[in-house]
Amino acid sequence: MRDQTAVVGIGTTEFAKQLESTERRLALEAIASALADAGLAPSEVDGMACYSMESTEEIDIARNLGFGDVTYFSKVPYGGGAGCGVVGQAAMAVAAGQCSVAVAWRSRKRGARASRPWAGVAQRVGSDQQRWTRPYGLLRPVDEIAVLTRRYMHDYGGTRDHLANVALGARHHANNNPAATMGHKVMTREDYMAARWISEPLCLFDNCLETDGACAVVITSAERARDLPQPPALLHSWAQSLPAQHQTMTNFFCDDPLRGPAWACADKLWSLSEVGPADVDVAQLYDAFSPLVILSLEGYGFCQRGEGGPFTDDGGIEIGGRLPVNTSGGGMSEAYLHGFNLIVEAVRQVRGTSTNQVRDAEFSLVTSGEGVPTGAILFRSDR
Amino acid sequence: MQEEMLLPELDEESAPFFDYAAAGELRVQRCSACGTRRVPPRPMCHACGSTDVEWELLSGRGRVWSFAVPHPPLLPAYAAVAPYNVVVVEAEEDPAIRFVGNLVGSADGPLNEIDPESIEIGEPVTVVFSSPVDDGLGPVVLPRWVRAS
Repeated sequence: MRDQTAVVGIGTTEFAKQLESTERRLALEAIASALADAGLAPSEVDGMACYSMESTEEIDIARNLGFGDVTYFSKVPYGGGAGCGVVGQAAMAVAAGQCSVAVAWRSRKRGARASRPWAGVAQRVGSDQQRWTRPYGLLRPVDEIAVLTRRYMHDYGGTRDHLANVALGARHHANNNPAATMGHKVMTREDYMAARWISEPLCLFDNCLETDGACAVVITSAERARDLPQPPALLHSWAQSLPAQHQTMTNFFCDDPLRGPAWACADKLWSLSEVGPADVDVAQLYDAFSPLVILSLEGYGFCQRGEGGPFTDDGGIEIGGRLPVNTSGGGMSEAYLHGFNLIVEAVRQVRGTSTNQVRDAEFSLVTSGEGVPTGAILFRSDR
Repeated sequence: MQEEMLLPELDEESAPFFDYAAAGELRVQRCSACGTRRVPPRPMCHACGSTDVEWELLSGRGRVWSFAVPHPPLLPAYAAVAPYNVVVVEAEEDPAIRFVGNLVGSADGPLNEIDPESIEIGEPVTVVFSSPVDDGLGPVVLPRWVRAS
């Protein structure tokens, strides 16, 4: 399906720590905005895809917006690992003829503390992710990633300065993006080093934001895309991965815990592509936690294992650097919507409309969560 | 919000591990057909497909593979002892067999008994077992870790 489908519409709501609107209304607003951007009527939509964690329902979205007869709908699991798979599966359905115009979305309200999952936990915890970890106080995603990060630092000589490079790069980009919730806040390396611990070796600024908001994209065939108002963002290739013997988030129970899902996803992605990592102009790498960006740089082949930290030195992942990463500010400084805003930004880069535009960007990569079953999309401009 | 420390929900696959812990033994599943160990316990051997299983007694010796030191915000019972350590220990018998737990000074010691600054990756540890904790659904004994003497 290489280059046969395209994202033709993008839509976002306002992003904020707290919004009045419900997840349902936010989803409707984002999807309506994406369809308007695409120049397509809601009645033309016949495909839908979303996260399994999405709380808005297909039937509800479809009858509110006035979709036609929907002939494809699917959900992808694993939270922040889902986004690229959601869009990729919708595109695959278009390529296979199961539908002709598909929407994919994520609406999420997480600003309020009471909305966080661990706030509602029962005393007995089931599932293999939780049963073997939570009783000992490994309670939150940040604790799970802290364990992997410490081992990574031990094995490869990674430093807090490398993690700071990720947080600072995202903030610098956000400072130039009016939609970013942290856009007006300056962060220095001193600020980073002085921030309180959340789970050592990770501090406050190694964590993504908690955000209320929604994003959506519209997907159709490349052929149709060429008749629509926006420059098409062709899905050059996409992939998902759930690697052998993987345990989501607590991947401590296999031979090589630091070789996460990114590696298998990258193998598939590059095997389906006409190009390789060196041809990528700009990347949105899922950043719920700063070390995931470093691992993703390695996993997707931008550098060797253990070299992800030094890759971020000297502005390496900022505009003008080796590979500009998370150019909207990403999950750490724009908004955290399970990585869906990263997909929207990847599309902007091939359209040429990012507030931190990489000049003449042709290949734009976006990845979903490292550390969980994941996905990735390589967009290509239609020039 | 949950006020007490969390406990594992026991099912057909996980209950034997905690039953052995209550007897003072650290055991892991081992495939009866091909001998492949599996942690966490589960119904089927990924190497040969057998569902026949035995529980192998380990020495209880291992090394710290990595650790985190959580700080608040945390559930109240954990926030009360934060910062504390959570270690991942690799078993002496097989470095790919790992357990999440706490490095403590004694079997029922608090989670923050050991200064996190003193913990080192690679340091040798030995399993100990907590006193039974009962939340009304039955007693649970958790394996914990002390520094090897």
